Amino acid sequence: MTYQILDAPALQSGGASSQRADVLRRRRAGVAFALRRYGLLAGFLALWQIGAMLGWINPTVFPPLDRIIAATWTGLAGGALLDDIAISLQRSGLAYAAAVGLAIPLGLFMGQIRAVEQALDPILQFFRQTSALALYPVFILLLGLGEASKVFVIFWATLFPILLATIGGVKEVDRKLIEMATSFGAPRGTIFRRVVLPASLPSIFVGLRLSATTALLLLIAAEMIGANKGLGFQVMNAQYNFQIPQMFAAILLLALLGLTANAALVWLQRRLCRWADLAR
Amino acid sequence: MDGIGTIGRGEVTVRDLSKSFTLNGRRLDVLRNLHLDVRGGEALAIVGPSGCGKTTLLRVLAGLERPDSGQVRIDGQSMEGVGTDRSVIFQEARLLPWLTVLRNVAFGLEVRGVTRAEADRRARHCIRLVGLAEFEAAYPRQLSGGMAQRVGIARALAVRPRILLLDEPLGALDAMTKLTMQEELARIWREEKVTMILVTHDLEEAIYLADRVLVLPKDRGDVPQLIEIDLPHPRDRSAPPFVALRRRLMAGFGLH
Ligand SMILES: Nc1ncnc2c1ncn2[C@@H]1O[C@H](COP(=O)(O)OP(=O)(O)OP(=O)(O)O)[C@@H](O)[C@H]1O
Ligand SMILES: [Mg+2]
Repeated sequence: MTYQILDAPALQSGGASSQRADVLRRRRAGVAFALRRYGLLAGFLALWQIGAMLGWINPTVFPPLDRIIAATWTGLAGGALLDDIAISLQRSGLAYAAAVGLAIPLGLFMGQIRAVEQALDPILQFFRQTSALALYPVFILLLGLGEASKVFVIFWATLFPILLATIGGVKEVDRKLIEMATSFGAPRGTIFRRVVLPASLPSIFVGLRLSATTALLLLIAAEMIGANKGLGFQVMNAQYNFQIPQMFAAILLLALLGLTANAALVWLQRRLCRWADLAR
Repeated sequence: MDGIGTIGRGEVTVRDLSKSFTLNGRRLDVLRNLHLDVRGGEALAIVGPSGCGKTTLLRVLAGLERPDSGQVRIDGQSMEGVGTDRSVIFQEARLLPWLTVLRNVAFGLEVRGVTRAEADRRARHCIRLVGLAEFEAAYPRQLSGGMAQRVGIARALAVRPRILLLDEPLGALDAMTKLTMQEELARIWREEKVTMILVTHDLEEAIYLADRVLVLPKDRGDVPQLIEIDLPHPRDRSAPPFVALRRRLMAGFGLH
């Protein structure tokens, strides 16, 4: 019965005043969280703005933020940058989609069949270690300086992270779970669909996110050579013409593109692999 | 679907069963010319020192391992690989972490092509049987070890096997949970009227649950022993006959 006495104060604290205090406390916790997470970033941006205005840093190289934002707005509203975004998205999206479409099925297949995996692994490791940027001149020789070589170099660079992550995911599926499914008489196809595929999904997502970052990286590199459109081209072009705010506008848009792509993948991962987060 | 009980009673006949493994290039005879008759609806416990081949025998019976020679018959029919008449409860629960308790229990039914509605209905029944009705929607990571193991038991029961094969199912549980689970297993066995073949390293558990205990010898030359446990169900661990039997068996193992 001592338990009830111990519990009594907690039971009484259900009044309206404590509810208000609760809301307040939660709001304060929210502010504290936002500060912890974004405080440093806000401080950095504020320092940039003030530093550029007061001349602590060279404003011709680092223009104040408001001019960068104004340049971004002008570019977007005037439609000039929209074309660049569209073409950049098209290049990286096409390459990424092709890489995903090839790497996931191939990886699922290779991960399941040991002989295939063993035979292909050395080649894969070799290709993976060969920087896609180093191969870009080769692709240009083969495919010309047009769209094909640009898309292909991004495709090449994004293919391997997804492929290797998928193979790794499939290979690491718990044999005991597969055996459990076997003991219920599940045929191979069912085991693949209901055990192997879901179990390797978190690993596949690691590859997908890694490749999304790589895709943007390669996009910029590819657009700096022999392009006349695209965000990467705009960075170079603005720099040549000494339009520094415009250059930063293009850089800002690239960063936002990367953030958006990552956020979309994180969202998808949360939806599909909620179970993997439960332990964390 | 309730006719399963009348198709066969879950009799297992093992004749001349041999199984060996190659370990570091050397041949290791694990099971040699084993004979065994398990009656339908019986509870048989298998005990023996570590490495004597308990798991191997169970895996052969489950169809997960091929014997080198010999025969296993179930209700008179020669056994070929895994079958719908048996289900296995492993030492670890082996739940699929991305499925809820309900979907895990329904898993065995679904892979056998039972419709979802029917699978859910039977799964719910078995979840109630192991006392987890409130946890239907929980994920395996949110369960304790004992609860997870009970989900594994429910999943095995859901497919209505004639024969339940258990490999140290309670081995990883703490002493208290273990006692409760032993009682639950005894109850489930009585209610479901299945044949139960249980590997354990716990002699008391064997005496508590089984009609007969098969003792596999350490030395592979020796013959396995079968011990009749002639005590009424449900059993009382502190009753003098139970205690006497336990003492006798332990002495046989060189303990005490
Ligand atoms: N897949 C395998 N390959 C090679 N040897 C094996 C294999 N499985 C089992 N063995 C060997 O067979 C013997 C019996 O193993 P088993 O797992 O059946 O023992 P056990 O009686 O279940 O022991 P424990 O009580 O420790 O679980 C062991 O010596 C083991 O090394
Ligand atoms: Mg074992």
